Amino acid sequence: MRALDDVTRDQLRDDIPEFREGDTVRVNVRVVDFKETKKGLERRERLQAFEGVVIARHNNGISSTFTVRKISNGVGVERVFPLHSPMLESIKLVRRGRVRRAKLYYLRALRGKAARIRERRV
Amino acid sequence: MAGLIARKAGMTQIFAEDGAAVPVTVLQVEPCRVIALRTAEKDGYDAIQVGYGKAPRKQSRAEQGHFARQGQEPMRGLREFRLNEGESFEIGQELTAELFQPGQKVDVSGTSKGRGFAGVMKRYNFGGGRASHGAEKVHRQMGSTGQCQDPGRVFPGKKMPGHYGAARVTVQNLEVVRVDAEAGRILVRGAVPGSRNGLVEVRPAVKGA
Repeated sequence: MRALDDVTRDQLRDDIPEFREGDTVRVNVRVVDFKETKKGLERRERLQAFEGVVIARHNNGISSTFTVRKISNGVGVERVFPLHSPMLESIKLVRRGRVRRAKLYYLRALRGKAARIRERRV
Repeated sequence: MAGLIARKAGMTQIFAEDGAAVPVTVLQVEPCRVIALRTAEKDGYDAIQVGYGKAPRKQSRAEQGHFARQGQEPMRGLREFRLNEGESFEIGQELTAELFQPGQKVDVSGTSKGRGFAGVMKRYNFGGGRASHGAEKVHRQMGSTGQCQDPGRVFPGKKMPGHYGAARVTVQNLEVVRVDAEAGRILVRGAVPGSRNGLVEVRPAVKGA
């Protein structure tokens, strides 16, 4: 396992705030798109925010991910982000939530008032 | 071209410059040294014999003699790598991870994980039977083995249950993602045969650019 840790160490990010399941986060994602210009395709990078409740974290070194769920136009949307991905410009903790389990998959069956999460005071 | 012996350290992922997660296998290169040369005049083909690893505590007299005759320290084992025309190596030459460059394609051979006596679903990806709807004792069976009284026999080569795995497997055209000469590590994109800590041979790809 040492060899694997060595290989990935320099890619691990240390600028990730502490957050856990039930917290609301705002993830700024780098989005790369190509615009057609006279000179051909031009590479453009912009930031796109995705804000929602963290319903799962998967801890596995460089392969760690977290799942964010939000309701967009009445439709539930979930995105799984690689925690250490360079495509994440930043992760901001918006609100801490008090929950009693590690995977909040039960939220998928709930909406509106029932899907609220109590705030966690620290 | 020559190759070398490495140990599969395991799989992980690294992020490419464009942010894509690349699945990689980390290969830890064993100490490799050229022990003997095979030449077309003498042996009918050009190759190098490469020794790898630390010598075991006990080694047969014959093996000790082989290394001593070449004036080399004993090593754990020997493998041969065929040479292309125009390539030359010397006895005693060390082979390191620098033999390969990032972006290059390589072939990797190793011994696959043993699966024991396996059924046809695992061994040959047969479909098996139905899980329900009255199926009895035929969930993982192979179905028919052939026709009726004519030909009245099972054709040779019929895929049936049997021993699976623990055989030499080669994966071709794996891309070298990174080479760390200092630590003696090669990162190749994708999976490699065998279990962690298994020995593999890494050679430049015979096919493809």
